Amino acid sequence: MNRHRSIAAILSVLFMGLGQLYNRQFVKGLLLIAVNATALIYLVPNIGKAIWGVVTLGEKTQGLKKVGRINVPVPGDHSIFLLISGLITILIFAIFMTIYIMNIRDAYRNGSLRDKGMAVPDFKKTWAYVTDKNFPLLMLAIPALGVLFLTIMPIVFMIMLAFTNYASPNHIPPKALVDWVGFETFANLLTLKTWSHTFIGVFTWTIVWAVIATVTTYFGGMLVALLIESKGVRLKKLWRTLFIIPYAIPQLISLLVMRNLFNGQFGPVNQYLGYFGLGKLPWLTDPFWAKVTVILVNMWVGIPVSMVLILGVLTAIPKDLYEAADVDGASGFQKFKIITVPFILFSTAPILIMQFAGNINNFNVIFLLTNGDPVKGDYQFAGSTDLLVTWLYKLTLNNSQFNMASAIGIIIFLIVASFSIWNYRRSRSFKEEDMIQ
Amino acid sequence: MKMGRKTATFIRLTLSYLVLIAIAVCAIYPALWVLLSSLRPGTALFSPKLIPDTFTLAHYKELFTNPSFRYGVWYLNTLKIATLTMIFSTILTTLSMYALSRFRFRGRKNTLTVMLVLGMFPGFMSMIAIFIFLLQLNLLDTHAALILVYSAGSVLGGFVVKGFYDTIPRSLDEAARIDGASHTQVFIKIMLPLSRPMLTYVALTTFTGAWVDFIFARLVLRSKENWTLAVGMWDLVNSYQNSNFTLFAAGAVLIAIPITLLFVFLQKFLVQGLTSGASKG
Repeated sequence: MNRHRSIAAILSVLFMGLGQLYNRQFVKGLLLIAVNATALIYLVPNIGKAIWGVVTLGEKTQGLKKVGRINVPVPGDHSIFLLISGLITILIFAIFMTIYIMNIRDAYRNGSLRDKGMAVPDFKKTWAYVTDKNFPLLMLAIPALGVLFLTIMPIVFMIMLAFTNYASPNHIPPKALVDWVGFETFANLLTLKTWSHTFIGVFTWTIVWAVIATVTTYFGGMLVALLIESKGVRLKKLWRTLFIIPYAIPQLISLLVMRNLFNGQFGPVNQYLGYFGLGKLPWLTDPFWAKVTVILVNMWVGIPVSMVLILGVLTAIPKDLYEAADVDGASGFQKFKIITVPFILFSTAPILIMQFAGNINNFNVIFLLTNGDPVKGDYQFAGSTDLLVTWLYKLTLNNSQFNMASAIGIIIFLIVASFSIWNYRRSRSFKEEDMIQ
Repeated sequence: MKMGRKTATFIRLTLSYLVLIAIAVCAIYPALWVLLSSLRPGTALFSPKLIPDTFTLAHYKELFTNPSFRYGVWYLNTLKIATLTMIFSTILTTLSMYALSRFRFRGRKNTLTVMLVLGMFPGFMSMIAIFIFLLQLNLLDTHAALILVYSAGSVLGGFVVKGFYDTIPRSLDEAARIDGASHTQVFIKIMLPLSRPMLTYVALTTFTGAWVDFIFARLVLRSKENWTLAVGMWDLVNSYQNSNFTLFAAGAVLIAIPITLLFVFLQKFLVQGLTSGASKG
């Protein structure tokens, strides 16, 4: 006999919760009916418009209409609002469909229980089952919703923007409509002389910056950590606390302060250079020196983090390794070279790669310190120290070149993602996480 | 021979101390400079001496009395936003990372990969979309919007927390489960007490994040009385910096002090947090 399960499943397909009612799970059934009713009330009037909006991005331009003797402005379609509200509706529809499928499966499963002559669990038992077996999913539900609407939806939106012509001056709603243009934006970025010149320049500097910034802070941090931990140095705790200070000061503050410290005219750094009989340096106003300043300041900001990390690793090196080396008559330098350095490198390699990826996106240091300046005449909306991220920011907020900004965002993502995924795949936490237990 | 080794050690130590002192000066100088500048009479950036001849608290007083800023209001706003963000993010991050670390369920690996991938998009790529989303929800220029976005975003940075839970032996909760504890009980009675260092780390970093964020806050908060410190400070720099550096210095000191103190006192947890993230990649 498989009557019950078919009937329950079919009823649930017709309307969520009916199958559950048929299975005499009244609380669950009523809850599902309520969900379905709400969803229908919201979705029926909206879903068609949502799909139309996403596909066409609006058809009616803002215009004027003659009413009697005066021209009355008639609002047109706002492509960007259409796109976003369309995306939101489609996401809600997807969530609804997931619940709908779960509902059918649930009705079918409980129907089978009845077919086999077993009792159907009541609401109390269902609740106990959910909080026990589906505990992790329950815990993840709220964060997942937040991420879905505040991270995934915006990212999908921005990816879609890269394939439109949403840019000033000609395609800014509500004045004008935005259209799908396929890969034109990417093609422009790489082939139009003005854009490609800027892109290649900024891209090269981003990579150079990321390499130098990562290497200097990492080895600087290692040097400081080794100095503090070296034999005979006293007041280790004091040194550590002193060196953590740059890390403890909020970057927003320390970078704005640095901007004043390196001020070419009145800043103390140039003042001290003057005391030593040296000339003033254009720390922030010359393209080359601005790059030097950014890297120096980044060392100040970044070395403490590496120091803390490496200090942690140093304490984890097993002491017997050194004792064994002592027995073999190794010198201090040999111990350093053969035990300490490989150990540090091995256990911080994943961090090193993540720091590299992080430096590609290091918005704060550049934006707060130089704001991407000094200006470079032949660049399109970018300055000499601009990274891809700060360029993206300027294109979005100052220049309304949204499609170009999105294309650049996608390129940054591809660079960072390739590094990170490679790193993640080879790191232990992915492969062996179950082996630690 | 013995003397030689002693001199070598002596030289090595002297050099080490010299380098350490040099680094210490570099590390502290900017902080010291801004602190002393904030106490200096006058408004100029340039000063012939590091330590001024006379000290004044006038700039601090001006921050709270000058009608063109609302420093006191901003301070309270920021405190409110940062505290609430801290509470919500800590709860959300711990719960979700506990679930991801402890349970094996369908879609878990995919969830982890998705989290990782999402974390790699430049954050403000999503600014416009979030802006319009908040506009449609009528949440622009409210503090709730900031708290919502910060808390939801914090979950993606939770890998450190997951790494931490990965290191707690599973036999602990298995034993409790055999004794009949529910998942909720295991989490509250066993896991939470154990994860205090990690909770402190997450709370500290999320609090700081909300305390100093100006990019997003500047986008969302429109009216001056709703601003946070970071936005106000940013405005101060853009409009007053050159003419009134000492005022900026005083504002900077007041913003930095709570964070710096928290960091220095909670150093231990910070180190644990950073390193437990390190060993687990």
